[in-house]
Amino acid sequence: MDRLRRRLERTRISSRGLVVALPYLWLIAFFVAPFLIVLKISFSHTALAIPPYRPLLVWTSRSVLEIRLDLGNYLAMFSHRLYGDAFLNSLKVAFLSTIFSLAIGYPMAYGIARAGARARNFLLLLVVLPFWTSQLLRIYAWVGLFKANGLINQALLSLGVIHEPLTLLFTPFAMYVGIVYSYLPYVILPLYANLEKLDWQLVEAAQDLGCRPWQAFYKVTLPLSRNGILAASMLVFIPATGEFVIPTLLGGPNALMMGRILWDEFFGNRDWPVASAIAIVMLLVLVPCMMAYLGIQSRESDQ
Amino acid sequence: MVAATGRREAGEPWNDPNARPYVELRRVTKKFGDFTAVDDVSLKIYEREIFCLLGASGCGKTTLLRMLGGFETPTEGRILIDGEDVTDVPPYDRPVNMMFQSYALFPHMNVEQNVAFGLKQDRVPKAEIRERVATMLDMVQLGEYAKRKVGQLSGGQRQRVALARALVKRPKLLLLDEPLGALDKKLREHTQFELIGLQDKLGVTFLVVTHDQEEAMTLASRIGVMDRGTIVQAGTPAEIYEFPNSKFVADFIGSVNLFEGRLVEDEPERVRIASAELGGTILVGHGISSAPEATLWAALRPEKIAMSRGAPPQTENVARGIVQDVAYLGDLSIYVVRLPTGKLVRVTRPNTARHAEPVERDSEVYLSWDAASPVVVTR
Repeated sequence: MDRLRRRLERTRISSRGLVVALPYLWLIAFFVAPFLIVLKISFSHTALAIPPYRPLLVWTSRSVLEIRLDLGNYLAMFSHRLYGDAFLNSLKVAFLSTIFSLAIGYPMAYGIARAGARARNFLLLLVVLPFWTSQLLRIYAWVGLFKANGLINQALLSLGVIHEPLTLLFTPFAMYVGIVYSYLPYVILPLYANLEKLDWQLVEAAQDLGCRPWQAFYKVTLPLSRNGILAASMLVFIPATGEFVIPTLLGGPNALMMGRILWDEFFGNRDWPVASAIAIVMLLVLVPCMMAYLGIQSRESDQ
Repeated sequence: MVAATGRREAGEPWNDPNARPYVELRRVTKKFGDFTAVDDVSLKIYEREIFCLLGASGCGKTTLLRMLGGFETPTEGRILIDGEDVTDVPPYDRPVNMMFQSYALFPHMNVEQNVAFGLKQDRVPKAEIRERVATMLDMVQLGEYAKRKVGQLSGGQRQRVALARALVKRPKLLLLDEPLGALDKKLREHTQFELIGLQDKLGVTFLVVTHDQEEAMTLASRIGVMDRGTIVQAGTPAEIYEFPNSKFVADFIGSVNLFEGRLVEDEPERVRIASAELGGTILVGHGISSAPEATLWAALRPEKIAMSRGAPPQTENVARGIVQDVAYLGDLSIYVVRLPTGKLVRVTRPNTARHAEPVERDSEVYLSWDAASPVVVTR
């Protein structure tokens, strides 16, 4: 009996271990391993070959294993202004997009959270409805709206508001509209989840203690929805930094973004090492953001 | 059961036609769509009173409270506080504070910040805020907990923070929504008396909403019993208990035996009711005003019925029955006696002697009561 039980206990522990191991295996196979490959390529030297880089490890004739790290890929980023500018521009676009998305998404999430139960479900459905169409198609739809002879210009012309078409496409404005439009659901949903849990009696209590509605919002609702704001910001900021499709289609050739440089290096120049180095640097910038966010979140849940 | 406390020394302003009401509801009605939550309620509350609105959930008591707080606007009627019409005044401009049922403490602030919140909002000078908050926290015995986060407090401590936060603003009227509902029984009893002491010390008028009749009895200077949006009866705890004006009130406060019957003798000082349920007549030692042939009920409290094995000397207000059930509650025992008519009568007897001879199930007993005990209700 004793032996049986011990054996059972052992299998239970190992089955629990298996459950824990699965996500780790997944992460190792699909995140850590590709990351290491990219890291390796970022230190390689470009070559006209297949694959288009030289190996890091080389057996020389005297049976010595040589490791050749090419730091030039990283140095290139500092020596050419193009990279630095693109990088700063990416951060700027991501930052402003985050601000705009929050400014539009917060009132929407607030409205949905305060709506009646039936209206709420309908509104949430409307928020996720765009996901049923490919993002690429939706961005192309914006191209159709913004074109010189697009819907917006035609409408304004026929109304007599303007007399010649406005340049909308390939402007920063079009790009921001595209980014904010695409990421709005990612702002609304976490904010809604957060605001929906908010105890509205707290807002009433604040009003009871002398707050006007906007003061109650500023002193109670806003601080208590901080986690939702952080989550929403990260969900916009991180992907927007590396955004490629929207700046290309709506921002035009002047929209210098890291994602585009990466694409150009990889597919245009076939310079995989530099492209990899760019990817690594972007990761190095965004990982601390993620860490800070997770840190704040776990501290909150501890309380 | 009825606590006699010093707060009634001021007399009974509600019996004085010249007394100025502190809070006055004039024919207030509140409708939510088709549903009438509060139906034409008029009520006067006097300074330093603890007025309890007592009723089952959904009777409109919370809506009434929320209208006083300014969170709901009456569909009809006016609300006056200290002579001033506040019907359309928003909550942040009312001289009223509320203690919410869930306490609604701000989770992102510590105890001190919670209590100081309302004073900061009113731009009270910093030094004064510090002093008033400290005094208030001492008064509710939370001085040591000033820096604690709200999440680290027990239920009783949260309740006291909520109370301190509402009282520190020195409101003219404090609204309390089920103030003790979330506390366990022992703590609740203790806190009831603390609350009365605090109210007495600060001289604030309290309006308490509760569904717990014991809580209402202990706290209240007067109780308003609510049912389906109206105040059915308002009076001191003793009045409500001893002279309920309806079957509903008699049954809602404490337990009661109701005997349906008809008036057979109607004199100014006494009436006689023939009750088929009792299988006899009931002599009531007070006059009533009722139509002669109307159905009415004699309400008799269980503790006012004497139970004996031998026949009592009196010939009226007596019934014979069989003990069907006995429940021993420690301080008292509850007996359910079945009369020959099938009517079940509830009788309570205090267990004054430890080894008293018990009345056992299935034994035959006589029930008797004084003519002063029954109350006649007509609805």
